[in-house]
Amino acid sequence: MSQYAIPSGWETVIGLEIHAQLATRAKIFSGASTAFGAEPNAQASAIDLGLPGVLPVLNEGAIRMAALFGLAIDAQVAPVSSFDRKNYFYPDLPKGYQITQLARPIVVGGAVTITTGEGKQAQEHTVRVTRAHLEEDAGKSLHEDFHGMTGIDLNRAGTPLIEIVSEPDMRSPEQAVAYARKIHAIVQYLGICDGNMQEGSFRVDANVSVRPVGEEAFGTRTEVKNVNSFRFLQRAIEFEIERQVDLLESGGKVVQATRLYDPDRDETRLMRTKEEADDYRYFPDPDLLPVVIDQATIDGWRKELPELPDAKAERYQKAFGLSAYDAGVLTSSRATAEYFEAVIARAGIDPKLAANWVMGEVAALLNRLELEIADCPVDADKLADLLERIGDGTLSNKLGREVFEALAEEGGSVDAIIEARGLKQISDTAAIEAMVDEVIEANPGQVEAYRGGKDKLFGFFVGQVMKAAKGKANPKAVNDVLKRRLDGE
Amino acid sequence: MSSNSQQPASGDAELTNSSIAQLRRRLESGDVRATELISAFAARIEAIDPRLNSLISRVDPVESADAGGRLAGIPYVHKDIFCARGTRTTCGSRMLADWVAPYDATVHDKLSRSGAVLLGKANMDEFAMGSSNENSHFGAVANPWDEKAVPGGSSGGSAAAVAARLVPFATGTDTGGSIRQPAAFCGVTGIKPTYGRVSRFGMIAYASSFDQGGVLAKSAADCAEVLGEMAGFDPHDSTSVDRPVPDYSAALDDSIAGLRVGVPKQWFSEALDPAVGDVVQAAIEELRAAGAEPVEIDLPDADLALAAYYLLAPAEASSNLSRFDGVRFGYRCEDPKDLKDLYERSRSEGFGAEVKRRILVGTYALSAGYYDAFYLRAQKARRLVAEHFERALEQCDVIAGPVTPTTAFDRGAHSSDPAKMYLEDIFTIPVNLAGLPGMSVPAGFVGGRPVGLQLIGRHFDEARLLNIAHQYQQRVDWHERMPSIAVDSSNQ
Repeated sequence: MSQYAIPSGWETVIGLEIHAQLATRAKIFSGASTAFGAEPNAQASAIDLGLPGVLPVLNEGAIRMAALFGLAIDAQVAPVSSFDRKNYFYPDLPKGYQITQLARPIVVGGAVTITTGEGKQAQEHTVRVTRAHLEEDAGKSLHEDFHGMTGIDLNRAGTPLIEIVSEPDMRSPEQAVAYARKIHAIVQYLGICDGNMQEGSFRVDANVSVRPVGEEAFGTRTEVKNVNSFRFLQRAIEFEIERQVDLLESGGKVVQATRLYDPDRDETRLMRTKEEADDYRYFPDPDLLPVVIDQATIDGWRKELPELPDAKAERYQKAFGLSAYDAGVLTSSRATAEYFEAVIARAGIDPKLAANWVMGEVAALLNRLELEIADCPVDADKLADLLERIGDGTLSNKLGREVFEALAEEGGSVDAIIEARGLKQISDTAAIEAMVDEVIEANPGQVEAYRGGKDKLFGFFVGQVMKAAKGKANPKAVNDVLKRRLDGE
Repeated sequence: MSSNSQQPASGDAELTNSSIAQLRRRLESGDVRATELISAFAARIEAIDPRLNSLISRVDPVESADAGGRLAGIPYVHKDIFCARGTRTTCGSRMLADWVAPYDATVHDKLSRSGAVLLGKANMDEFAMGSSNENSHFGAVANPWDEKAVPGGSSGGSAAAVAARLVPFATGTDTGGSIRQPAAFCGVTGIKPTYGRVSRFGMIAYASSFDQGGVLAKSAADCAEVLGEMAGFDPHDSTSVDRPVPDYSAALDDSIAGLRVGVPKQWFSEALDPAVGDVVQAAIEELRAAGAEPVEIDLPDADLALAAYYLLAPAEASSNLSRFDGVRFGYRCEDPKDLKDLYERSRSEGFGAEVKRRILVGTYALSAGYYDAFYLRAQKARRLVAEHFERALEQCDVIAGPVTPTTAFDRGAHSSDPAKMYLEDIFTIPVNLAGLPGMSVPAGFVGGRPVGLQLIGRHFDEARLLNIAHQYQQRVDWHERMPSIAVDSSNQ
């Protein structure tokens, strides 16, 4: 990806608000299911519908998941947190208020480390998290198929969310994306969110402002919503920076507002200004008691924490000698790390070789097919079979790629493909010697020239031998024999 | 003594003025069949209620599944704030005039399991906001003792129905006095339990941190029977308290000798009608005669409590009533132009004046810039009031005083001045701020209209309140008296 350059003389300040749906089976205040994709309103209980007289009862699973997130980012898990009502009218908000945490959130503080750039350009950066609080999701308004009317689907209403609010610590779109990806990885590692951005399980709003370099005061910010991929996050922030700088450079002013990103037109559009914003009339929800968590419970949850991306990346570097960049890529999502670890679980597989394959062939294949690694047509076991055959010299890397393609397209076993396609590498020294001798005999002029000092011709001989071997000769054996025959005699 | 109050008559009146325990014995012995009992009360509703308007809906009785329950076969009515599956549940509002509840309130579920038989849904001030039952979309309710007088509110229909002996008991809810005040005005016994004692699930919310369900019945003994069946922890209500429910009837006969009865000196001031004060003092003397020891206590700032309540309760109400927006259920205006029009007209047309007044007050109190000055200060006042009670209840075991400053006022008397109406609640509201249990016990009459004695206990001290009230009722017969509307009709 080409690096985006902020207009010269300007600096951007970015903070993110991330909504992550928690992977509880039941909703946060009702027993209804949270599964995605059911018939509209099939998963809305009396409580989700906000019928007269119903009351919320907190799903303790949501508390645990929010607390795990807090522990994962070294935040304080509040010993006492509580719920407030955020009052506003909207058709997909059944009660006319959202239950959320304003005054006393469950997670306070914390930070994550992000890396942008690679190799020598790699830079580490800390992004502080202000808070993360629990709240209920709203339903969805459906504007199509209702002949000018609006349909309401309340299946999503009451799904638990954590809203993770960062400090305005990011200074480029790349940092914002790296932070969002890191949070995305953490919630997936913890198993508290499926991370599906298309289905809205993981939603990112960006607060963006610009200021002249050297200025300390923040510029007026806008909040960009409706960003449902990391690529769009990058684009939306870039657009917003450009828009704001253009405005200011032409003597205009940025208006504090909420804007929607439109991926089709690659632009942000005004949704509402601050003047139009509701007064949410927050107050403590009298239907819910404060959430009190004792230290023993927090300690117990801490023991449940899995190995998190940063720790895993460090281990990969130490144990397998991987570069920081490679370790970072392999640990960037829980599914990638799981795949990688499943491959190297096979005895004798070289972790570096495995890393190259996962980041190379596997990544390219997934990119081409637009698939997630969990759905990779070549599963970790198959890749391990393949790497075993490369390790034992049966396949060259090149032949390995051919087998990999065949596995991806047709499936089947590695050995059967090698057998069927006759891809076995020739490592038998006698056979290679015979081919080498034939090539030397057929090219006396080149042999003389080489021996006369034209070293470059060595490659020509390798090529000729490989051609004779139909590419299947073990390259190292070919080199050895050629050297011996050409230089030795 | 009221001229139109009469001693129980014979025949049917004996049935309709029986205690729940007596009715149970007669049902168990086979002396009366359950269907006969139900028919007798249903016939009374048919005959008497047209003059009272105490019920919004009648409910066809369902044979109880569990005939062995403590309330098996005992008819009752719900305040129309309780959801009972398949029944129209209006909350006294045009907003819910046609809304049929698709689920059961926990209270309804518990009473059904106990075998109680629902005969109707009682009239009430719209969304429980009011002290006279004049704020009902379904019309005012007459006080059975004097049809010109209001029955009190918001559980006015419940109190009138019990006073006229249309049913042995009725459910009610009390947010700022809505059980105790109508019980006092109608001469019946009512108990508002400790906040958290009775589940609020399925009870349409007015002000969630105050609302508490309870019972109105003829006597403390009957209240004890019913409360024991209604109370208890409910996993569907996070604010219900997980604490065993005592057998309230078991302690009724305990002696109250030596019990310290605190009498708040500030409550016997110019705010109180002297004649009402005399009746209440006489009742306290009766408690002394039973062995209790009245002690004067300090309970300041009732006016502060009133001010705090009329900010906090509307604040909660403004949020609780947001769900009535014309979108999913309830009243929807004709031909809305757009969403805003749908909201505005559905709510303007669906809610009555008092409800709108409180939504406006509450919205204002929670608004940015006013929250600290109004909502937060009111919360501080609430804590202060609770502390006053705590301190007072260290000097005594129970507090006794008036329920209301006057007897039932005439219909229309306060309709032009809501603030005057709010003063009706000055002795009841502080109890809700502190979440304490309170009772209203019939204690006599002034000008033919009943007067109530209020008893206030420590948290979860319902058994003691019922015990004191029962001991009092062993010595007097105020609670046995029936208005003539009940007696005349029982002889038809």
